[in-house]
Amino acid sequence: MRLMDFFRKKSSGEIAKDRLKLLLVSDRANCSPEMMEMIKNDIIQVISKYMDIDAQGLDIQITETESEGSNGVVPALFANIPIKDMKHRPQK
Amino acid sequence: MSEVIVITSGKGGVGKTTTTANVGTGLAMLNKKVVMIDTDIGLRNLDVVLGLENRIVYNLVDVVEGKCRLKQALIKHKKYPELCLLPSAQTRDKDAVSPEQMKALIDELKPEFDYILLDCPAGIEQGFKNAIAGADRALVVTTPEVSAIRDADRIVGLLEANEMTRIDLIINRIRMDMVKRGDMLKVEDVCDILSIPLLGVIPDDEQVVVSTNQGDPLVGGSSLAGQAYVNICHRLMGEDVPMMDLDAKKGVMGILRELFRRS
Repeated sequence: MRLMDFFRKKSSGEIAKDRLKLLLVSDRANCSPEMMEMIKNDIIQVISKYMDIDAQGLDIQITETESEGSNGVVPALFANIPIKDMKHRPQK
Repeated sequence: MSEVIVITSGKGGVGKTTTTANVGTGLAMLNKKVVMIDTDIGLRNLDVVLGLENRIVYNLVDVVEGKCRLKQALIKHKKYPELCLLPSAQTRDKDAVSPEQMKALIDELKPEFDYILLDCPAGIEQGFKNAIAGADRALVVTTPEVSAIRDADRIVGLLEANEMTRIDLIINRIRMDMVKRGDMLKVEDVCDILSIPLLGVIPDDEQVVVSTNQGDPLVGGSSLAGQAYVNICHRLMGEDVPMMDLDAKKGVMGILRELFRRS
């Protein structure tokens, strides 16, 4: 393990930088765990209207992403929603 | 026109008090009239770092409560006549003073001094609110560590929410040998993450401990940290001073060169 690390190790300074960047995005977003839970439940409700999803496996988090505009890196809400079944299409 | 500067950090132990003592003394050496206020009620330290601990009669809380006149509580430094300290109370609580009282106190000091430096306590509670209440600008001190930078970012957010117009960054205790090895965050990384203007970088220097032991700030001396603080003072006064080369290899040579230049 040590030897493997030696060849492809990120320096601890780099690790610190990466950790901080992620940490500060969620710090700055000022999202409490309760609020994240509420967002999650609302997403489940909305998506469930159209398809059958795995509510237990749903994961949301605030990270950052490269903006397509000129803003550079911006905070982003990522949601990973496993779909069980696509059959539930709206009847229209 | 006097300028009121709060020195803050969020996290404790990153060098707020050392920075306040050195910047204050440095500005006094440049013939500015300076008063430093220790706003850390209950845990006063600035007096010790400055070597003034035996001269305290009255303190900040005494002034606020009207037990003495402001002039009586101010301690004049014997070596630097332009330098004054308003010490904090050691046996009182943070909420012995309110932000409004701090503002009134600062307004009373403004006509007498060029710079009013406020040494802020760690944390974001009452003591922090008191310290930033009357300030025009803030110096945020951090070290190149994840915990200190995270707290600094939170402090910057709070300062912005309190409409602080000028916020500058001081990176303390950087070790260029570790940065070179990749084991410490680079100055550029810290600036990039916090995205506020950089006022200065202080190298990790044993002499800081020595000067604290002696109660005599090292600003203006031959040490790298002493030089870095002088540069910060000049920048505070609006001068454009290039960032020092802190390269560890050039450290000793740099000091030697500096010595020869002086003689």
